[in-house]
Parts: sequence; C-alpha cells; structure tokens
Amino acid sequence: MLLIHCPHCGPRAQAEFVFERPLESIIQIDEALPDLIPKLYSRVNPKGPSWELWRHTYGCQSWLKLHRDTHNHTIHAVLEIGQTPEGGDA
Amino acid sequence: MQSYSALNLFRRGLGGHKSWTRAWRDPAPKSHYDVIIIGGGGHGLATAYYLAKVHGIKNVAVLERGWIGGGNTGRNTTIVRSNYRQPALHNLFEFSLKLWEGMSDDLNYNVMFSQRGALFLGHSDSDMIRLAERGDAMRCMGIDAELMSKAQLRKLIPLLDMSDEARFPVVGGLIQPRGGTARHDAVAWGYARAADALGVDVIQNCEVTGMDIRGGKIVGVKTTKGDIGADRVGICVAGNSGQVAAMADLRLPIESHLLQAFVSEPVKPMIDTVIMSQSIHCYISQSDKGEIVLGGDPDMYPTYSQRGRPDRIEEVAGQAIALIPALSRLRMLRSWAGTTDMSFDGSPIIGKTPVDELYLNGGWCYGGFKATPGSGWLYAHTLAKGEPHALNAPFRLDRFETGATIDETGAGPMPHHR
Repeated sequence: MLLIHCPHCGPRAQAEFVFERPLESIIQIDEALPDLIPKLYSRVNPKGPSWELWRHTYGCQSWLKLHRDTHNHTIHAVLEIGQTPEGGDA
Repeated sequence: MQSYSALNLFRRGLGGHKSWTRAWRDPAPKSHYDVIIIGGGGHGLATAYYLAKVHGIKNVAVLERGWIGGGNTGRNTTIVRSNYRQPALHNLFEFSLKLWEGMSDDLNYNVMFSQRGALFLGHSDSDMIRLAERGDAMRCMGIDAELMSKAQLRKLIPLLDMSDEARFPVVGGLIQPRGGTARHDAVAWGYARAADALGVDVIQNCEVTGMDIRGGKIVGVKTTKGDIGADRVGICVAGNSGQVAAMADLRLPIESHLLQAFVSEPVKPMIDTVIMSQSIHCYISQSDKGEIVLGGDPDMYPTYSQRGRPDRIEEVAGQAIALIPALSRLRMLRSWAGTTDMSFDGSPIIGKTPVDELYLNGGWCYGGFKATPGSGWLYAHTLAKGEPHALNAPFRLDRFETGATIDETGAGPMPHHR
C-alpha cells in the first residue's frame, strides 16, 4: 500500500485516498467535442512517471496532484490544486 | 506430437518415463511470417492454434516476452462462466464456454475443466430481481441458468452462513450449472503444444520492442531476437496493451490496474461450486488440490507493479469469512497480483486498429480467462479474414468514439466498477 504525504494531513495510508484520473484527462466544462472524446475514453496509461488527480476522500477530502511512478510505486510529489511543480507544467 | 493417453503413460512408464520429449519446440524466429501474434498467453496461443487448425494458416509465430504460462494466464482465479445479461457479452462467453466443453479432447491435453457450477448469491430483494432478470436474459438465449431458493442453497453449500444475523444475509442465488473452473496453466501449455504440432513457432524470451510501420501499414516488428517481418500482426497482451499499442502511436481506452488472488492451505473438499455475489465482490472456489481460491475487487489505481495492496487482502478475506465462517480457521498460503487491462465500458476489444494489418485483442478487465478459447477462435477468424466475426464485431475499438459501448454494469466512461 502506498504511503501518501497529504500536504494538509501528513503521511497517510493509501486506503484513505481515491485515484480519479490522469491530469491530462481532466475535462473542462466547455470542452470541445474533438477533445472531449479522447479525454473521456483514451489514456496514455504510462508505465513510469505519471501526473494524476487523486482525492483524500477519507481524510480532509482535498483534491491533490500526485506525480507517481506506475511501475515502482515511487511518489515524487504531492501538490495541492493550483500549485505547480518547479520547472514542470502539471 | 507424442499423444498423451493412458496407454502411452503405461507404455512409457515401463521405460521409467525417460522417452517423453519436450511438449513444444524452441525455434529461432524466421525472417518473415504470415501472421505474428504478440503475446504468448492463453489468448495468443489459442489464436495461433485456431489460425493453423481452422484456417490452415501455419506460418505463424507467437512472440512471448517471458515464458509460457508466466503471465496473466497463470494469475487468475480460473473461473469459467457465461452468465452475462447483455447479448453481445453472453453470446461471446457462451461461444467460449462451448469450446471449453470439448477443449481437453481437442488439444489432447487435460485442462481439468470442471463444470461444478457458477453461483451468484443474492443478499436482498433487489439483488434477486437483478439475478432473475439476468437469468431470464440468459435462458432466452438458450444458456442454462437456475434461480436458487434459500433451502436449495443450504443443501448445495452447507457451510454458508444462512442466518439472519449474517453480515451479508443470503436470500437466494442464480446458478449456471455448466460454469466451473479449469487448470489455468494447463490451458496455456495445451494450446502451446497443440499449436506447435501444427507448425506454429512459439518463441519465448522474445520481447517486442518496436513496430515497423510504413505508410500506415505494419510490415514487421522489432524484437530482442531481431527484426521479424509479417503480413499481419495481432496484439494479444492484455495487461500491457497500452504499452504495445503505443509502439504504433495508438492510445487505447484502457487503464492498467492490478487484480489480486489468494489461496489458502489445502483442505478436504468443502466447497464444490464457484461462489460469487451480486452485491459484494468476493469469489470463492476450491481447487483440485484442495486450496481455497479467493478473489475480489481490483486495486483501483493504475499500476504495472504486480504487487497488490494489503488492505484488499483484508477486505476479500473479511467477505469470504462472512459468507463461510469455517474459512476463518484456514491459513493463507499465497497471494499474487496480475496487471489487467481495464477498459472504459468493462468489455473487451477484439478487432482492427487504425494501422493497416495491425489488430488488437485486449481490454479483458477481470474476465479474460473464461474467454480464452472463444477469444482465440474469434481473433483467429478476424486475423485470417481481415474482418471480424459476427460474434466479435460489437467489440471493435472504435465503439467508444461512436457511442456503441457495451456497458454491462452501466458504470459509464470509467474503468470498470469505479
């Protein structure tokens, strides 16, 4: 089980968190149809580093941005919504 | 191919069993094949077998990154059933189930297919309505399904907690008597041996690292054993479909999640059917060795690690013990995880891709093992004819953008059950 460092609550077990979707698949409210379909239905599904939207559902209920390796379980960063990583564009 | 029979067993036993030869060859790849199948799991091997047997296409290679039986074919809970509600799904899985019924004879390999019944428990009136609806849909298509009363269940599984105080009170069930289990690695070995005997090259330790695509058409693959040309290529690597399809610059409606399974120490026969549930996600069966085999929900986040999360073990064990309290005294022997292709409507994909002569078989979610023979047969048809069979035509890749999804649970555009 992953140990996720929530920026609000500190280190908590993965059981408190829910994975939502990759950041690039977040759908804007005014999304154009050609962009909507791939965001709804297709995924890069990377084997390696991935920026993802998670939620601390059974804790502080905050939405969070995780930079996580899908192969070796390393968590590189946990950010609040609105925060951007140094040098990154997530 | 040496025939496996009681007579041969006896005859070779007289010689101390020293005259048995290897079950399939270990060939070096040729420079060109009519069809290359990427992935030597049950589905890929079955595809190669039916290509050779049904369509006479024998210049076929199956490229396997690891070894035969080392992937998801050997990581499932071995359940075979066809009790779906939607026509496209129960047609597919019923076709497969009929092939299971003759598989051991067809392959001359005992896959230990045991039709001990696949039972779904109902825990409420609404569960029973949904089970009855599913049973009606199945019977309309000529598939066996029986609603079970509480009294019938008590007789079938005496160890089930039938009390009103149970955590998951049992009020009835739906059984498919022809459902059951099979020995999963025997399925891979049996298909590998039978395909090899028909001339198919089963090439292990050969990872595909790239695709040779010219003018929108695939002409070969790059592998760790060199470049291999092909007229037609079929991807068949559920769990890693996204990775392999990315070599052709394709994005799939698939996320890779883990599904765990668990076995206990072996005990005397105590459960002689496959137990599942309409409301909770826990499945219980007993293997021929006596181990209690358990499975549950996937791990619910994308990962390729093949290491399961421990809170899932606790959840599945808790549900199993609530249904059958006697299981609480057993010790867990092993647990493992397989990486599954979770598609966005919960149904598989078998058909063409936007790249000419490149085909895809994947997105099997939890349900790949039971489909092994049917998936192989239909994929072989698709690869041989260049067009899908009527049974797999609904499972095309472009169904997501056209809105023709096959969503058994009505979960919407999310990996199954989220």
